[in-house]
Amino acid sequence: MDDPRARRRFLIGAGTALASGAAAQVAQAQANPAAAHPANDSQTARSTTTPAAATAPAAAGAIATYELLSATEIAFYTAVADQMIPADELSGSGSDCGVVVFIDRQLNGAWGGGAKMYRGGPFRKAKPEYGYQLSLTPREFFAAGVAAVNRWTQATFGHPFDGLTHPQQIQALHDLEGGKAPLQGINPRQFFDALLSLVMEGFFADPMYGGNKDKVSWKMVGFPGLPAFYKDAALQFRGKKYAPAPKSIADFS
Amino acid sequence: MVTRLKEVDAVMVGMGWTGSIMARELTRAGLQVVGLERGPDMTPAEDFALPGIRDELRYTQRLEMIQDPAMETLTFRHRPSDSALPMRRFGSFLPGNGVGGAANHWGGHTWRFLPTDHVTRSHLVERYGASMIPEGMTVQDWAMSYAELEPYYDKFERLCGVAGQAGNLRGKKIAGGNVFEGARQNDYPTPPLTQNLSGEMFSKTAAELGFNPFPRPTSNCSRPYTNIEGLTLGACQQCGYCDRAGCEANAKAGPHVCVLPVLRADKRFELRSNAWVSRLTYDKAARKVTGVVYTDTRSGEEYEQPAGIVVLSAYVFGNVSLLLHSGIGEPYDPVTQRGSVGRNYCYQLSRFGVTMFFEDKYFNPFIGSPGTQMVIDNFNGDNFDHSGLGFVGGAIISCGHGDGRPISYRPTPAGTPRWGAQWKQATAKWYQHALTLGLSGSNYPNRNNYLSLDPNYKDQLGRPLLRMTYNFVENDYKLAEYCSNKAAEIGRAMNPTIMGKPNVRRGDYDIVPYQSTHNTGGTIMGTDPKTSVVNRYLQSWDADNLFIMGASTFPQQAAYNPTGPLGALTYWSAETIVRDYLKRPGPLVQA
Repeated sequence: MDDPRARRRFLIGAGTALASGAAAQVAQAQANPAAAHPANDSQTARSTTTPAAATAPAAAGAIATYELLSATEIAFYTAVADQMIPADELSGSGSDCGVVVFIDRQLNGAWGGGAKMYRGGPFRKAKPEYGYQLSLTPREFFAAGVAAVNRWTQATFGHPFDGLTHPQQIQALHDLEGGKAPLQGINPRQFFDALLSLVMEGFFADPMYGGNKDKVSWKMVGFPGLPAFYKDAALQFRGKKYAPAPKSIADFS
Repeated sequence: MVTRLKEVDAVMVGMGWTGSIMARELTRAGLQVVGLERGPDMTPAEDFALPGIRDELRYTQRLEMIQDPAMETLTFRHRPSDSALPMRRFGSFLPGNGVGGAANHWGGHTWRFLPTDHVTRSHLVERYGASMIPEGMTVQDWAMSYAELEPYYDKFERLCGVAGQAGNLRGKKIAGGNVFEGARQNDYPTPPLTQNLSGEMFSKTAAELGFNPFPRPTSNCSRPYTNIEGLTLGACQQCGYCDRAGCEANAKAGPHVCVLPVLRADKRFELRSNAWVSRLTYDKAARKVTGVVYTDTRSGEEYEQPAGIVVLSAYVFGNVSLLLHSGIGEPYDPVTQRGSVGRNYCYQLSRFGVTMFFEDKYFNPFIGSPGTQMVIDNFNGDNFDHSGLGFVGGAIISCGHGDGRPISYRPTPAGTPRWGAQWKQATAKWYQHALTLGLSGSNYPNRNNYLSLDPNYKDQLGRPLLRMTYNFVENDYKLAEYCSNKAAEIGRAMNPTIMGKPNVRRGDYDIVPYQSTHNTGGTIMGTDPKTSVVNRYLQSWDADNLFIMGASTFPQQAAYNPTGPLGALTYWSAETIVRDYLKRPGPLVQA
């Protein structure tokens, strides 16, 4: 934390995550889907911990706790989430909705650690049709990706990604998406696609995972969530908009 | 040190649909049966329960119910001259894991293959001449006709409570059903599911264009139903989650709902989960298998389970790899085209539909199930004249909703950015208003598409991984293009606000995006041991007490999903084992 800039970014990140702190703590207990066998263990966890999730506002003065991400990474993901999901009349920004907390929990959980991946060698570079062929876990791959992007924007624009102006951030994301950003050791398009996918998962997943705070994305598109008993609605609302107030897993736990 | 257990009458390797049905039929006949399952045991009450089962991140994205590739995956290459790489994450297809198998997360589509699908080669030769079959296409006939298998299709439908509408009842064609289907002795056990607006719109336009729309037959009971085992299924809630998760309503058919409660209560049956079979023990000289060797994944202990009859009832890849690991049969060689194990690996063509947008229609895309769809069969199989088209086979064209889960379902018109302000506006605007005509196409075999063992990569037991050599060929591209354009014609006639472009692709098979879990072949049925692994009763040509179930026995893949025939074949084989084999063990067909 010697760099005042990094410290400022840390505070920004902490402030952003403040409101979703409680939900995030709950998500922490539940964010390991692949490791949650036998399944009834996770259901027990859910029923004992969910009351706070997504419904109760964080207690005043609660500090956002990140399990994994560094201050630099929090600042990076906040900037990325807010460009991919900008605040407008439909919803707050990606980080307002808890996407950075979601990313922290996912990368620190079983999925981030490489669950449900075959990791035997030898490793060889291959065409995209062969799928992911790196030895890195998602946690390692994302860490390397963030560092590579920040190195590139530092060299090109003089700042890490979160320190760029908004037009520069948008340009940088387009360069990554189009494969034009010359990252060291990281395929820019591959990293961008993984980043986009993780941000969208955070925005649209059940709020118990830390993102989609107040079911904001479900309200935005009109997805009712649970309990999804539509046997009667199928006929009653055929051709008519069916948009009850969405409910999440926590609402039924 | 392998612990040798007491011999049993029969052992099942895998406890999904086929293992459960076969175990039930053999215990019913008085045999002592052990069911081995590599994954965990589970029950719907504990594991398919609300509210946790409605979790798109856990089930759809993180693949909770899918086989763990760290344990065993396969390697993949496009052509025999390439070197293969492991499929490090499942994507294009999603094999199941645990008791119940892939039926825990299947979408429920339950077809009978067309009568011509049972005689694919001889039908094409008879109608068009042998020159119609392209060079390298090793298409074969099934080893039994549709008429022979009909009673067993019927039985499987009555096990599942399939919802549907007959189109050919004992030879009488019925409008509103599939008029192309083979004659059936009974209508479907439960009526069709309530269709969505999208299915109705498609159906109306298709009928106006002279096609024959019908509700997709699906094993999501439309109302409570008591099956042939006396077990009761619930009514489908059209929740929109069931193609990746279990069913909390017990409405989606599967071993847990339809068979296992009876089997678990039977003293002649013993279920052992966490039991990973590594190989079969084989007496080549006697042409008999003597049992299986498995590892208890909880303790690491290895056991030999001797058995009078061994039934391979794993997924396609498990069946093929166990034969190869056990030295049973001759591995297929694409150069000499000798050997039959691994031959005729096929898939299913998908990802070539067309998406449209209707700004004044509300589709409620989250209401439905994978089976809540209307379908036309007019361009399936050989239901249309292929003269001059340059390809054989076809596709079903379907429309409906029922997977509107928003992480994975966010359609926007072409040209919309994937993120940012415009993306967000378009996503909010169009979520309710998109409709896709989906296609599922047949995939006929090619001499260069096959399964074998990989020389480099190993599974957690130290065995070589299975290697898939697979790519699309010209017949596939032409089929997809022709059928997509037919779908687009219907789509345009539906008069959308925004018409999408048919998603027709050339280029190599991509193993990443989900396409279908309908891998077939590798242990195919036939009348000649040189070009097949099992005879018409699914009995191995190389060991008369070894029976191989499932879609690995299909000589090629039709456009339809494989579960209906897979269930029918299991009943067909089981009946022959009980009626004939138990009395006089030995080859049921002389080669």
